[in-house]
Amino acid sequence: MTPVRELCEVLERRRAGAYQSLTLVAPRIAEAARPGQFVHLLAGEDRSFPLRRPFSIHRAERLGRSGGTVEVVFDVVGAGTLALSRLRPHDVVDTLGPLGRPFDPPEEPAGCLLVGGGYGTAPLFFLATELRARRCRVDFVVGAATAARLLDAMEAKRVGHSLTVTTDDGSAGRRGLVTDPLPDLLARTGATRVYACGPMPMLAAVSRVAAAAGVPCQVAVEEQMACGTGICFSCVLPVGPGDEIRMARSCLEGPVFDGATIAWAELGHPELEPTA
Amino acid sequence: MSVDLSVDLCGVRLRTPVLAASGCFGFGREMAGWVDLAALGGIVTKSVSLEPRRGRPTPRMAETPSGMLNAIGLQNPGVEAFCAGDLRFLADAGACVVASLVGRDPGEFGRLAARLDGEPGIALVEVNLSCPNVEHRGEVFATDPAAAAEVVAAVKAATGRPVLAKLTADVTDLVAVARAVVDAGADGLTLINTLLGMAVDVRARRPRLAAVTGGLSGPAIRPVAVRCVWQVAQALPGVPVVGTGGIVTADDAAEFLLVGATAVAVGTGSFLNPRAVVEVADGLEEYLAAAGAGSPAELAAMFKAER
Repeated sequence: MTPVRELCEVLERRRAGAYQSLTLVAPRIAEAARPGQFVHLLAGEDRSFPLRRPFSIHRAERLGRSGGTVEVVFDVVGAGTLALSRLRPHDVVDTLGPLGRPFDPPEEPAGCLLVGGGYGTAPLFFLATELRARRCRVDFVVGAATAARLLDAMEAKRVGHSLTVTTDDGSAGRRGLVTDPLPDLLARTGATRVYACGPMPMLAAVSRVAAAAGVPCQVAVEEQMACGTGICFSCVLPVGPGDEIRMARSCLEGPVFDGATIAWAELGHPELEPTA
Repeated sequence: MSVDLSVDLCGVRLRTPVLAASGCFGFGREMAGWVDLAALGGIVTKSVSLEPRRGRPTPRMAETPSGMLNAIGLQNPGVEAFCAGDLRFLADAGACVVASLVGRDPGEFGRLAARLDGEPGIALVEVNLSCPNVEHRGEVFATDPAAAAEVVAAVKAATGRPVLAKLTADVTDLVAVARAVVDAGADGLTLINTLLGMAVDVRARRPRLAAVTGGLSGPAIRPVAVRCVWQVAQALPGVPVVGTGGIVTADDAAEFLLVGATAVAVGTGSFLNPRAVVEVADGLEEYLAAAGAGSPAELAAMFKAER
């Protein structure tokens, strides 16, 4: 389905732990949105920072009390996200969406391991809801630097069959990286699909572990982006088979990629071992 | 009073004076879901080279005050894939195609122009003499009148289509470069390419772009672009100019038409609004009607140069 541009009223903007949550009235986008897709937001009148900001869709409610809504979660990191964090109900956000390629769910019910880092966990709740509707088993692994930077762990607990938490400092769950418990969880749950979203080093590491276990792994990347529509070629990522690496636009061919196709070495991460 | 938005650009009738600028509209196909490609003034394709180019590593983009830097590095699939795929798509969609060419020397430009001359569905050719994101400054042909003229002559010898030369404002004497390429046969000029710039991440203490430097675009450069069009239009009356640089609204486009541009191209504006090329044209129609002008070509004569 072709993405659209909607002028969306802000329904709610609130703090979500260390992050900000923004819910927009976006009936046409909510209707079409699939887990893993993103919206591209432009707020306010100040064009001294002229570009949109892309966010993966955290939730899409097709029949909310105000019509369809989409919710995004973000961290305030600069002028654009600061402006978004100051929005109030009834403000208008110029929104493009739903953009990009969604997660590809299994055809038949399957065990799925969902791995999220920081606010990168955002699209995984939306995905979990779809997977559950397809009678898949969903196990969550979420990690962050600190307990405050975990996104909605309680929600993950509610939606998933199990929840494993890791933090860098041990302030919640076990101390360490999200990848630490993965081999054990893959073996224990018998998951045949891994879905991950978070920082690139994490996605590289999750792809490695999944490849070593012979389990297909889809990752949603977050690349710096200008247009979101495929015309600026900023958000590219090297994908390939080895000798035919090309720069794929993450707004069109992604943001969800097969983790085994990304040329991680070119991005400064160890290459995946070839699977037997 | 009814307004006729169409303009004559180097003998080609454009439906509107608003084109999509090179490098800011992909190869056009990406935008088919957002706009009616046939309704645009024209689509200047992302620059095409003889061989495929991968482009630069990331980060390729950095937002800056009222603009952005890019160092894409001319990523494109090469002329053969372009002809087999995107060009055919654009032709079938009824778009007015301006093929943008880029090469490393005049010979490459000439071979590209010759290869495309046999292809249907191209209205004009734009010679990208001024992309700042190249390996060597010597590939920015538009910084030197003689080098720029040599490339234009090679392209003119190989194509029967009208040729636009895209120049940079990063020179001491733009008029000298413009005169050289017109003397070499350029039918028109596109002014201006991005300006060479640089931005630094002061926390990480390193450049914000992987390529270190990049091309500055967006509203930040519009006054420079308007000045360039004005200077060249004054010095070379009668040479058609496509004005480009920071156009987001119809008023922005009107600035260029008032100082002598025949047409305009929307670049970075399409990143902000995928329908910008259409909306700028619609807004121009209203602007012309309000100004009492029957066509875009009448605007330049209505400009009051004395303040």
